[in-house]
Amino acid sequence: MTGKPLKQIHLAAHFPGVNNTTVWNDPASGSQIDFDSFEHFARTAERGRFDYLFLAEGLRLREHRGRIHDLDVVGRPNTLAILAALAAITEHIGLVGTLSSTFNEPYELARQLQTLDLLSGGRAGWNVVTSSDAFTGANFRRGGFLDYADRYLRSGEFIDVAREVWDSWDSAALVADTSAGRFLADDALHRIDHHGPQFDVEGYGTLPRSPQGHPVIVQAGDSADGRDFAAAYAEVIFSRHSEFDAGRAFYEDVKSRLAAHGRGRDDLKILPAVTFVLGDSEEEARERSREIALQQVSPQTAIAFLEQVWGRELSAYDPDGPLPDVEPDLGGANITRGRVRHDRDPGAIAQSWRELAEAEGLSIRELVIRVSSRHSFVGTPQHVAEELNRYVQGDAADGFVIVGHLTPGGLDEFADTVIPELQERGVFRTDYPEGATLRELLGVRPPVPLPVAVPAAVLAEERV
Amino acid sequence: MTSRPFALVVELDGHGAHPAAWHADGRTTRGLLRGARVAETVRAAERAGFTAATFEDAPLAPGLSHGARVDAVQRAAFAAPLTSAIGLIPVTHAVYAEPFHLATQLATADFASSGRAGWIVGVDPDARIAASSGREPVDAAQAAADASATVEVARRLWDSWEDDAAIRDTASWRYLDRERVHYIDFEGESFSVKGPSIIPRPPQGQLPIIADASAGVPADVALVASSANATVSAARAAGAGLVWLELEVALDHAGLTGAERVARLDAHEPWAVGPFGRYLGDAAGLVELLTGLLGQVDGVRLRPAVLDEDLDELGRAVLPALRRAGAHTPPAVGATLRESLGLPASVNRYSTKAVTA
Repeated sequence: MTGKPLKQIHLAAHFPGVNNTTVWNDPASGSQIDFDSFEHFARTAERGRFDYLFLAEGLRLREHRGRIHDLDVVGRPNTLAILAALAAITEHIGLVGTLSSTFNEPYELARQLQTLDLLSGGRAGWNVVTSSDAFTGANFRRGGFLDYADRYLRSGEFIDVAREVWDSWDSAALVADTSAGRFLADDALHRIDHHGPQFDVEGYGTLPRSPQGHPVIVQAGDSADGRDFAAAYAEVIFSRHSEFDAGRAFYEDVKSRLAAHGRGRDDLKILPAVTFVLGDSEEEARERSREIALQQVSPQTAIAFLEQVWGRELSAYDPDGPLPDVEPDLGGANITRGRVRHDRDPGAIAQSWRELAEAEGLSIRELVIRVSSRHSFVGTPQHVAEELNRYVQGDAADGFVIVGHLTPGGLDEFADTVIPELQERGVFRTDYPEGATLRELLGVRPPVPLPVAVPAAVLAEERV
Repeated sequence: MTSRPFALVVELDGHGAHPAAWHADGRTTRGLLRGARVAETVRAAERAGFTAATFEDAPLAPGLSHGARVDAVQRAAFAAPLTSAIGLIPVTHAVYAEPFHLATQLATADFASSGRAGWIVGVDPDARIAASSGREPVDAAQAAADASATVEVARRLWDSWEDDAAIRDTASWRYLDRERVHYIDFEGESFSVKGPSIIPRPPQGQLPIIADASAGVPADVALVASSANATVSAARAAGAGLVWLELEVALDHAGLTGAERVARLDAHEPWAVGPFGRYLGDAAGLVELLTGLLGQVDGVRLRPAVLDEDLDELGRAVLPALRRAGAHTPPAVGATLRESLGLPASVNRYSTKAVTA
């Protein structure tokens, strides 16, 4: 029998986020903040041999109709500090955090990512996001300084400067030669002298090359500009295309952009975010999926969700009744702030939802569940593993970002039942290679060659 | 009058305070920047019974003769799950940093350590730090003002959630009582911050804030270079509840006196005399010196010449003797840093409920 060898699946574990996917009113739901929750989650992900764990970020509490949104979980720790703490209690798993290129400065953030890479022995990754809203800017020195159109300009130049920092020490810079009394080799530090539209940075990097040289770059852009940006800079795309056909189209589009940047198709991995519900039978899984969706979309959440599109208060409407007959208020588009914005025309969305509700006889709450809380994979562990593998072998993805709905135990069942199914099919690692960096786990080369080859022996020493 | 605990604090920087310390300890410098090194030193300090460990930071490149440092807050966070009693106090430079990130990083270190984090406020106006972070350089007076503003922002952000703000009310489907989460609306000369924080109030409420007595920053603990009455009184008059003396130490070790050890290292690179006092000698002499400070200052921060060698002696001979003499009690497992230092529980400035006495 001939044919392509089986692709290996790459998996990331998403710590349950600050949104209504995360269920907080279940008896099994624990703290979103206490370190115990992060420790439990990280240990499960490492036991499941995941490539990396992933943390989202929000730099201002979300608001809805001018008040702090109170229906979902609220609050989260600082990304860098919690990843540093997790580095201490894990050995193999990658540690990827979302960090803003708008509300950070590149020299400082590059040093912090380098710190994480050093402390963790080469397991650091950075999901680059570039928000541009003045709402979030109110918490930061520069306020809302960035035009929406300039967001990729900013993040591209940010990464360029970060790379200058990461490359500013030769790999053999640290000699610590006691006989000559020298700590650093001559001419081993290269001066950073960057002057561009976004940044003026001068100085020297403060640290030697970290084990990965450049931490892994993750990106979530979806527009044409975003896809080009990812093809130029990223090693992982955190994609939203979780359905097979849309996934295949996105996959082919992005992979075809890589050659223009001198990169191979394997050097950028595409991982859609997916949810899952498991059961001993298909029926049981479907029943659990329905119950979880009702927890995720409370009557109040359903109304608030509609208000985001309608741009007006809808609290007088019955969540168990039909959709509002009033039209969306186009001037009220900013009713919800601090979350990803809808990029479609509200009028068109409202119209398509009305048609869907009418065709299927859905109430407001049922409609919101239908459009916002469908679980990507529902079934027995065997079925879910089969589906995940079908996506990957069918080039709709290289793997997945697995999003559980409960903190901290939401990943346990997946790790205990689905992972062994994938391992049995020969498409997922049964153990971590000793001392592997995150880049090696993912099988990606850096987008730009490292300027100085780091001897393998030195890297091996650093990883201990 | 002094029922207040006497704090023994140790700086865990690199190879040690002596600039040639790396000649003595036979370690590769690469190993110095690894997690394993942080784990090893902080565990040794906890075993020795220190009240807290401090972590120096370096926002600029090292010189050609001495060490590089990884980010101090991340080192403290890394140390948090590996320890259970010792306080963890990073230096963070507050002049050019982003106050919101700084406050949430420290709050997170406090959560990860179950209430054992503190903060040494770095007030360094060095124009090179400004150049690397793309900010306009400021003079010393403005640096103190901006660092003080950063402290104020952090304090307000830490209070911006009341302790019971996450109500998880299943009846109303509300996770949060938004009346118990507050905008801080800080408007400063150099920056403004709206708030609230993205992370709930840390376990200690307010982390202990530590600053050099001369830095011009309001702090819970002032660091002084001399135990002279005038110096200590001035620091107390400036508002510090506690005063710690800075002291460099090189103890007799492995058949060499402290002075001999320092002389050997000085041959590579001299240990310049800075503002701090320096003790060279045997453990008994240091015990006597520290016992004599009881009642004058509230604690001492020791800067060991060579970390591995001096930390070993401190844990073996100095802290046990102080314990036996009743001069020092190691921090209790599970105690917060505020508790270990004898600072009162912090009251939330935004509390909507009547404060009970």
